[in-house]
This record gives sequence, C-alpha cells and structure tokens, in this order.
Amino acid sequence: MQAQGLVKRFGDREALKGVSLEAGPGELVAVIGPNGAGKTTLLSILAGISRPDEGEVDSPTGEVGWVPQQAALYRRLTVEENLLLFARLEGHSDPRASTEEMLELTGLRERRAEIVARLSGGNQQRINIAIGLLSRPAVLLLDEPSVGLDPRQRARLWEFVSALAGRGTTVIFSTHDIQEAERYGGRVLVLADGESLFDGSAEELREAVRREAPEAADRDFETAFVAYLHHRGH
Amino acid sequence: MRGVRWLLLKDLQILRRSPLQAVLLVAYPILIAVLVGFAISRGPDDPRVAFLNEVPPETRINVGGQELPRANVKDQICERVECVFVDDREEAMSRVESGDVLAALILPADLVNKINSLSTLTPGVPEVEILVNEENAVKAELVDDRITTLLAEANLRIARRIGNEGGRYLGLIVDGGEFKLLGETIPILGLRTSARILEQVTPALPPSLRPSLEQVTEFANQARANLDVAKPLIDRLAQPIAVDKVVVGGKSPPLEIFAIAVATTLTLAFVVVLLVAGSLALEREENAFPRLTRGLVSSTGLLGEKVLLGMGVGLAVTLLMLAGMAIFVPLEWGRAWLWLIAIVASGAALGAAGAALGAAAREVRAVSLLAFMVTLPIAFLSLVPSGAVGPAVFDAIRYLPALFPFKPALEAITAALDEAGPGIGGPLLHLAILFLAYTALARLALRRFASV
Repeated sequence: MQAQGLVKRFGDREALKGVSLEAGPGELVAVIGPNGAGKTTLLSILAGISRPDEGEVDSPTGEVGWVPQQAALYRRLTVEENLLLFARLEGHSDPRASTEEMLELTGLRERRAEIVARLSGGNQQRINIAIGLLSRPAVLLLDEPSVGLDPRQRARLWEFVSALAGRGTTVIFSTHDIQEAERYGGRVLVLADGESLFDGSAEELREAVRREAPEAADRDFETAFVAYLHHRGH
Repeated sequence: MRGVRWLLLKDLQILRRSPLQAVLLVAYPILIAVLVGFAISRGPDDPRVAFLNEVPPETRINVGGQELPRANVKDQICERVECVFVDDREEAMSRVESGDVLAALILPADLVNKINSLSTLTPGVPEVEILVNEENAVKAELVDDRITTLLAEANLRIARRIGNEGGRYLGLIVDGGEFKLLGETIPILGLRTSARILEQVTPALPPSLRPSLEQVTEFANQARANLDVAKPLIDRLAQPIAVDKVVVGGKSPPLEIFAIAVATTLTLAFVVVLLVAGSLALEREENAFPRLTRGLVSSTGLLGEKVLLGMGVGLAVTLLMLAGMAIFVPLEWGRAWLWLIAIVASGAALGAAGAALGAAAREVRAVSLLAFMVTLPIAFLSLVPSGAVGPAVFDAIRYLPALFPFKPALEAITAALDEAGPGIGGPLLHLAILFLAYTALARLALRRFASV
C-alpha cells in the first residue's frame, strides 16, 4: 500500500499535511502520535471511507480490511450471527465455512452462541478484527485496537495480529502508546498535528529521539519521546 | 438486493431478541383493537340523573281556559337519561354530592301554575332546578349540555302544543265551529260564514244601508284573509328557526369507520416511524454504518431496507389490529386489497419520514424521543377539525399536517375502509410525493454518517 502527499482539511484546520506512507506484504506499521495528530484521519483515508483533499492512495489488488476504533458489531446478535451476517454481506460462496474459520482464528468457537454484549471488550475487539478479515484483505487497517483492553487482553490481541502479519497480511495500526508501537510495529510512522515527523524502524526512532532530545536520553522512552515531540515544535 | 435481504433478517433477529419490543408489537395492536372495538360497539351510556317531580299529578297546562293534553315531559327526559327517581330535594342533593348521579332535575310544585300564568295579566317565570356537582369540569359541562338540550326540547314541545291550540282558536274565528266551555258547547259562526250571510242579506236591504253593510262584509273578508296568513306565523312561533342541513363538502365516514381508521393510522405511524428511525440510528450507535457502506451495501440500499422493515412490521401489526376490530365492527373484507394498498403506501411514506429522522440523530434514545415528539403533535393537529379552534389558529395549523404522512395516511386508510367515502387516489398521490421528498431528505442526512 502506498500513499503520497495526503492532505485533509476540516474547514480551516489541516488534519493531514502532506503525509506519505508505504507498507509491504507482512509488514506491521505503527502510526503513532498524540490525540488529534491525524491517525484516524489517515487510516480512514487509507480505508477509502473519506477522501483526501490532496494526494493519492494506491491500494494493492484485493480488499483493504478496516477495523474501526470502536467495535462495529451488533451487540444483540451472537458471535456466530455477527460473523455469518458479514460473511453473507461480503458475498462468500460458503458463509458458514468462513464463519467457522474466523471462530477458529479468534479462538471463540466455544463462545459462538453468546450475545456479543456479554463478551469482554477484548473478545469484542477480536470479533471486530475477524469481521475486518472476512474480506480476506491484503491490507488490514486497525484504528487504536488496544484501547480499553487490560494487559492480558492486549497481549492476546497482539499475538493474534502478529500471526496475521506472519501469514503475509500487511497490518497498519494506530496507537498513542509509544511502547506498544515500539514492541509490535516493525515500522513506526510518527504524526503530530497532521504532520509526518518520522518514518522508520523502532530502533531508528529510538536513535532519532536520543539525537534530538539528548537531555531526556536517560529517561524512559515515553518521556524521551514527549521531549522529542516538544523539540520538533509539537 | 443481496445485502438488503441479510440486513432485513438481521433487524428481525434483533427485534426478536428484544422481548419487550416484540411483546409490545403484538400486544399493543391487540389492546388497541379491543379498546376501540368495545368503545365503538357499546356506545356511550346514558348519564344517571336524579329526577324529582313535585308537580301535582293532575295539574295540566291550561291555555285560555282549555287544558292541554299531557306533554309527558318526564317520559321525554327519561328516554334520554337514566332517571333515578327521588322522593325529596335532600335525597336529590345527597345523590349528587356522593357522585351516585351526575345531576338532579327538580320540577317544583308551582311549575305548571307559573306556565299557566303566562297567558294572564300577571305572568310568572316558570323555573326548574338543576343540581350539579362541578368537581369535575368536563363532567359538569357534559351534564349542563345534556340537560340544557333536554329542557330546550321540553320547551319546544310545550310551545308547539300552545301554538297548536292558538291555531285551533284562530281556525274557529276564521271558519267557525264549536267551542266547549264549562261543559257547554258554544257554536262559533266564524268570519267566513259571517261574510257569506252578510252578502246574502245585502240585496234585501234599502239602498241607503247597503254601503255600510258592504263595508262590514269587506272587513270580515279582509280579517279572514289576514288571519289565514297569521295562522302559519303562530305555527312558526314555536320553532322560529328551522334547520336545513346541506352537506357541501368533506363527506364524513361513519363514526365507527373513522375511529378504526384513526386507531389504525396512529398505530401504523408510531410503529413505522419509531422502528425505522430507531433501527437506522442503531447502525450508527453500533458503529456499523461506515463498515456497511464500505461496499457491502449502498446508502440507498440501507435506507430501502429500513423502510421495508417498517412497512413489513407495520403491515403485520395493523392487519392484526383490523382483524381484532372486525370482531366488534363488521368490516368490508371484499375491500381488503384496498386496505393493503393504503397501509403499504402509508407505511412507505411514514418509513421514509422515520428514515429522515433516524439519519438526523446519532443515538437510538435521542431518535426515539425525536420521533415521538414529531409524530404525536402532528397526529393531534391532523385530527383538529375546522371550527374547533379559532380561524387564525386553524389557518396556521392546517398546512403543517400536510407536510407529514400522518394525515394523508389517515385519509387513505379511511377511504379504503369506507366504501361510500371519497376516492383513495388523492391521498395515495400525496403519500407518493411525501415518500419521494422524505427519501431525498434521508439520503442527504445519511451523508453525515459517512464522516468518521
């Protein structure tokens, strides 16, 4: 997936200021930045939900799966009914087989008949992602997937997402947690106030932070990263 | 269409999974059908009124020394209200105070004497007494109206009898006849016979006397002619203004058909508008709208699915209601195809209006409140007849209901139920226009959903 010079304006405010991104098969890209940095706007443009005012997006052949920040599920339906509905809407030739596959993938086979509203936030997020995968996408876009999850649920989520990337799916996820981005993102894109500040590996980001905010180099990475943003004028 | 089918199935699953909603959708039409059915098949009960007649039994109204036949005022009154006969004023007052009766009507002992005094040089004022408990304003007004009407009818009957007697006396003066007084029969010559006798005797008189006699004959003829004219005037005196009702427009259906149409339309409006608006808002509340419209189903398809859902459920609910009401009131089942057309067209327009409301709000609770706040006053305004409010207010509210599908839906369903009523074409055209307008409005509002 390639995006070049993306600009998005909401009235007078520029939410994205010429952001570019490139991600290859099996790559895990973390889009990181403080609240209001433009992460959701970037992902919604990559997903085709909103259009950029300037710039271009070149998607690979095949579907782009999109998993919104809040679970897009019918909470009064069961796990199985949700998966079956979206498999049917996707036009799968055998929606029941696809549902079984996703139940297996999410590890929720035993809880297939449970109403979604009764599941934990983590399990709801797993179904949310599974629905995004029903289109068998070449690229999966996850908008802050770990928000509201406890550490154990987060660990299971990232194990699941890493396995997807291991099977060749390009995963682009947004987060405002620097440690999560460093741990799971093969590449990191730093956004602040709609501006792209950094694009590279987690190690390269650490190096950039040390270089541009030396006074915070011996502090924890999150504090150093905040100092880095400050040095860059954000 | 593939997507619409599965979304429709999903919405029905969600509906089924909400026991309260499902029970309401079935129980509500049955309850309304039974209530309306009972109300229109039983009719209102006569109000209970205490009746105390203190007039001595043999007293009669007397006109010019002649007693009139019994007017049976008591029977006339007791045909229209349920009379509870009481023995004295205290009992009447006690029953009114306790709420056992709505009012008490007391005919005092001197009532007939005072009526009789009307034809004397010292006329009195005949009065009846009414005791009313005004703790309930509506009830008090109802009793006031009913008793005032009954007394007006009694006055009219008495006046007619007096008028008839007056006319009979006038006939005696004009045409002659016999008049009974104190057991004796007195022959009355009458103006007509007097004039004829005078004309016959005039040739036998000396010429000098003839002009005077001819003047008397002329007077008798003129008096007869003028009194002939006066007779219908006396007849009209009892009821000077006659009512000639001419229906110039707005042919109204029978009351029971109108009641069924109102109940059906009101139910259809609430079920369809709330369901469509709520289920559309639910897509937003569940965050599913952007996911669905990313190629799984178009916005128009989603809109169509919601309207179809509303139409389907609305049709089932209203047909259930009509079947329930048919137990109480005979309905013309041969016109069932017209009912279907009216309900489906009404459901489509109401569904489109519900979709426009649903697209305008983000949450199910907010949209439910909005739908209720729009539907209820519009339904109320649609039922306000001309003349019930001031002309300025009526002019202000008459066009507002035309902008919402409730009124044309009511007209269409009434026309479908009432064989003798106006045609269904006009309301259907009105509904079609509103369907297109609200669909366009809903599509515009749905664009808001596209933004994340």
